[in-house]
Amino acid sequence: MKGFWHDAAEFFPILMSGVVLTIVVTIGSLLLSTVLGLVWAMMRVSGIRVLSLLSASLINVIRGIPIIVLLFYLYFVMPDLGVTLSALQAAILGLGIAYSAYQAENFRAGIEAIDKGQIEAAQSIGMGWWLTMRRVVLPQAVRIVLPPYGNVMIMMLKDSSQASTITVAELALQGKLIASSTFKNTNVFTMVALMYLTMSIPLILLVRHFEKRAGKK
Amino acid sequence: MIELTDVHKSFGENEVLKGITASVQKGEVVCIVGPSGSGKSTILRCINGLESYDRGEISVEGLKVDRDAPSIVQVRTQVSMVFQRFNLFPHRTVLENVVEGPLYVKKEPRAAAFERGRALLAQVGLAEKANEHPPQLSGGQQQRVAIARALAMQPKAILFDEPTSALDPELVGDVLGVMRKLADDGMTMVVVTHEMGFARDVADRVLFIDGGVIVEQGPAKSVLNQPQHARTQDFLRRVLHPL
Repeated sequence: MKGFWHDAAEFFPILMSGVVLTIVVTIGSLLLSTVLGLVWAMMRVSGIRVLSLLSASLINVIRGIPIIVLLFYLYFVMPDLGVTLSALQAAILGLGIAYSAYQAENFRAGIEAIDKGQIEAAQSIGMGWWLTMRRVVLPQAVRIVLPPYGNVMIMMLKDSSQASTITVAELALQGKLIASSTFKNTNVFTMVALMYLTMSIPLILLVRHFEKRAGKK
Repeated sequence: MIELTDVHKSFGENEVLKGITASVQKGEVVCIVGPSGSGKSTILRCINGLESYDRGEISVEGLKVDRDAPSIVQVRTQVSMVFQRFNLFPHRTVLENVVEGPLYVKKEPRAAAFERGRALLAQVGLAEKANEHPPQLSGGQQQRVAIARALAMQPKAILFDEPTSALDPELVGDVLGVMRKLADDGMTMVVVTHEMGFARDVADRVLFIDGGVIVEQGPAKSVLNQPQHARTQDFLRRVLHPL
């Protein structure tokens, strides 16, 4: 740890450029996984057998493939099929798809936890399936879904480091590049770890807040 | 206005409705009584399309009740339902609960829906609770909000599924009072209840159901005071004199 503060001052700007990309990858894939997860979950609870089966199959396929393989597929295989993605696009798409399966299961659990009486009450005043979801089920499911959603945010922040495997120069890759060129492994990776921790702590506190709120209900 | 013809309904192997034929006229109050598991609530749920039925036919104002047909929305806007456990939307205020249907199903203008919502809350004695959330209210108050929510759809009939069963005894009177007022105003009502006093005083007709069939029916006072069938007599004896 010799000269840690000196190294920290020197490498901080480079690592910060990695932090920016880490945040971009995390937010981008979080949004994508949320939208896709919601679509899979809606298909799953739609009551339409074909949609439900399709969603269940998709979720299982996605869950069965490691994130890193999904990233390789999008970045290295897709060009062979005529679709070329930038490393950043492939990272956001890959992580978004990978996490959509977990988001979908989380959303489904939240939706199914809503008392059936709520759905019947909505139906009894003439609401159709979509209106019941939008006005009655989803607003209540959000409270149930938020704590695990917060956990997914933390996992995605950390898993964004997998984007380094397809050359996205996010925090982990920036750290690795600096370490390999300076051999200051201890100082550099300590800094990288501290920076991930600094980003995770607000999320951890957010999850705790969600859990307390959910507990009160 | 509500017609049931030879309605059958099974849950798996268990046939809970074994050929129910009955009708409810406009402005009539019909109470359905009978032991637990006799199929009383299932009848209401079939009329509202919350349950499908296997055979026979149910119609409301000439419109066939089919829970899978688009016309079910039309049926439900004509026949509202009040549930045993209120089923208010806890994430919305009392007033929002009342205007939810008019605003989003009937697409009524916002100002008019809210104005009528407030008037309905006043009608059930809860005007001052408009901005509170359901969990802040007592069971009796919640059930009166549920009645206001049902009325907000301006239905031609209201189905009540044991509306006082989940209430503390001292709160039952307020809800029955509101229902009695509705009956006096000419609302068509079908009420599944164990409140024999209410049935005797308010209902025009009583249907006694046991084992999925209508065992006895007729004017309320006649069925409840001089039941003809042994099963009705036995049921009423156990309900009115449990010890």
